[in-house]
Amino acid sequence: MSNAMISIRNLYKVFGENPQQAMSFVRQGMGKEQLNVEHGHVLGLRDINVDMQEGEITVIMGLSGSGKSTLVRHINRLIDPTEGELLVQGENVLDYDENRLRDVRRRTMSMVFQHFALLPHRNVLLNAATAPIVRGEDAKDYEVEAAKWLDRVGLGGYEESYPHQLSGGMQQRVGIARALTSNAPIMLMDEAFSALDPLIRTDMQDLLLELQTELNKTIVFISHDLDEALKLADHLVILKDGEVVQQDEPQHILLNPEDDYIVDFISDINRARVLRVRSIMSPLTEVDGAAGEVDRESTLEQVIAQTGGESSGTYVVTHEGAPVGVLKMSDLMRALVPQKRSGH
Amino acid sequence: MATYDSLFETLGLKEWCDEGGGSAPLSMADLLARKNGGTQETSAWDTPFPSMDALNASCDKFPKSRDLTAGLEDGFLAIKDSLRFILDPITEPLSWMLDGAMWVAESTPWWIVIPVLLLITYWVSRSWSIVFSVGASILGLAFIDHYLPAIQTLSIVFVCALISVALGVPIGIAMSRSNRLQRVVLPILDMLQTLPTFVYLIPLIFLFSVTESKLYGIAIILYAIVPVIRLTDLGIRMVDKEVLEAAQAFGMTPRQKLYQVQIPLALPNIMAGVNQTIMMSLAMVVIASLVSAPGLGVLVLRGIRNLELGVGLVAGLGIVILAIILDRVTKSALARVNAGQKH
Repeated sequence: MSNAMISIRNLYKVFGENPQQAMSFVRQGMGKEQLNVEHGHVLGLRDINVDMQEGEITVIMGLSGSGKSTLVRHINRLIDPTEGELLVQGENVLDYDENRLRDVRRRTMSMVFQHFALLPHRNVLLNAATAPIVRGEDAKDYEVEAAKWLDRVGLGGYEESYPHQLSGGMQQRVGIARALTSNAPIMLMDEAFSALDPLIRTDMQDLLLELQTELNKTIVFISHDLDEALKLADHLVILKDGEVVQQDEPQHILLNPEDDYIVDFISDINRARVLRVRSIMSPLTEVDGAAGEVDRESTLEQVIAQTGGESSGTYVVTHEGAPVGVLKMSDLMRALVPQKRSGH
Repeated sequence: MATYDSLFETLGLKEWCDEGGGSAPLSMADLLARKNGGTQETSAWDTPFPSMDALNASCDKFPKSRDLTAGLEDGFLAIKDSLRFILDPITEPLSWMLDGAMWVAESTPWWIVIPVLLLITYWVSRSWSIVFSVGASILGLAFIDHYLPAIQTLSIVFVCALISVALGVPIGIAMSRSNRLQRVVLPILDMLQTLPTFVYLIPLIFLFSVTESKLYGIAIILYAIVPVIRLTDLGIRMVDKEVLEAAQAFGMTPRQKLYQVQIPLALPNIMAGVNQTIMMSLAMVVIASLVSAPGLGVLVLRGIRNLELGVGLVAGLGIVILAIILDRVTKSALARVNAGQKH
């Protein structure tokens, strides 16, 4: 865990008149509700510890009011924490003065917003070029760069348009192009696709994944949509009332929910489409009469389609042609049913 | 014997009251009362409100309300010279600008001024129909021999609106950045807007000579600057929070944020303020003719003073025509700004 791009350590955020005093109550173990009723302070985030690895998509998900947007704003310090540490590339960003912070925002991080937040008086090209313009770079250089990224997100030919002439999906493509043009290694996405229609949202998710295989940015993605979170996440952090309930690889969370809240949360998910063979396969053993081969990265849905609905038998799991494990169809069937925890 | 005699006696102030005094000017009511033969006992029903005058009737040393207004006047007269010493040089450029603009407008022949005005109209509005209606209005006014007063009024409005915007926009920006400043300035703006317009003129007449054009210039600017300040403040405060967050997230300095985000996004509101400011300077220019502001207002004033109905009505209509063309031109500029940045 030492080479994490972003490390959040023991991060607390209290909103109110006198957060330091309220913090002392929190340290003594006072809960969110009691703090609000008795002292009029809102505990936004409580003891957050998250490591975000370089080149991964970390999805922070939770319902509204869970503190996810507050958390992502701590990373580029649009909001300052009440207590805790925030390491970016090993350096504590909270120690930075105005100038260094500005430099981090200009070169190391970029951000995509829920309602796009484009500048309405500038055309698409200049919007995409926001970061180099802010850095004071030469127009000749950034125009080429911005046009390149606009083309990459599918907006070639719209350079001269104004944001209000574009649809929501296209505006958010500009938002993504703007983040990419900054060439920052970290990309913060605050509910970037939540304001879009479902079909366009799926397109944008595919676009993001496609870009990510190529660019390997460190992406922090905020979402309230579990399907979206499971689709995008390399690392999934589930927030509830300002606290991390569980964080892990999404497949692992689906198979081993630690908390009733998570069980409820994932109960409506189409598990066959999300779970992959690698998560439920057994270690490689000699198999007599294997029924066939399946790929490690296939979803269970694909496997069921491939086997024609056969619910028994054993398959060899391969990765790039070489066998890496064994899949029993009975395990697959069991994995499709969510585990009930005690009390349900 | 007056109603509140007993009050001063119980407070033990009787002696203080009786020391000297009694020389305060008598009002008509006092004289009548004296003539009718001394004072009468008033019933409880007729008890006067314990106002300054009623208390003075019982105690000569208590000030009358007339002393209040007189005191204000004396106070103002006392600081007048030092105030004038500071304000006179500061406001002198205003006189130059007003006189200069007036001189240019008057001495340039009409066949240059009218085309130049039409060119400015086209440059601001980019609409031939507006240029046409402005041209027709000015030619119409010129035809009924109101060209000179109309052009004088226009030049005053032009100078005063220009200065109002030049001062008002920075004040509005400063207000939008500081809640404390906003709390101080807002009541002042409310007062400037609700104070009867004639009241502006009174202290100014004391400060400056009536022959100086800055006298009416200041009155017009004080009245007309309010909307541009208000709407600049409002416009900048209304800029989308998420866009500001984006500006910050991409590392803009406060200056970059102001010039690249806040002012451009507040521009529709600022332009609406400019429109209001121009309309209000036109309204005030008529009242300012009371203190020698030239233009159509003088004719309106003549109409009132000499009961020359026709003169007053035609000049009033001339002002309406000026108002309409100024409004159309600035509104079309506003519409162009708005079209550039719909959400």
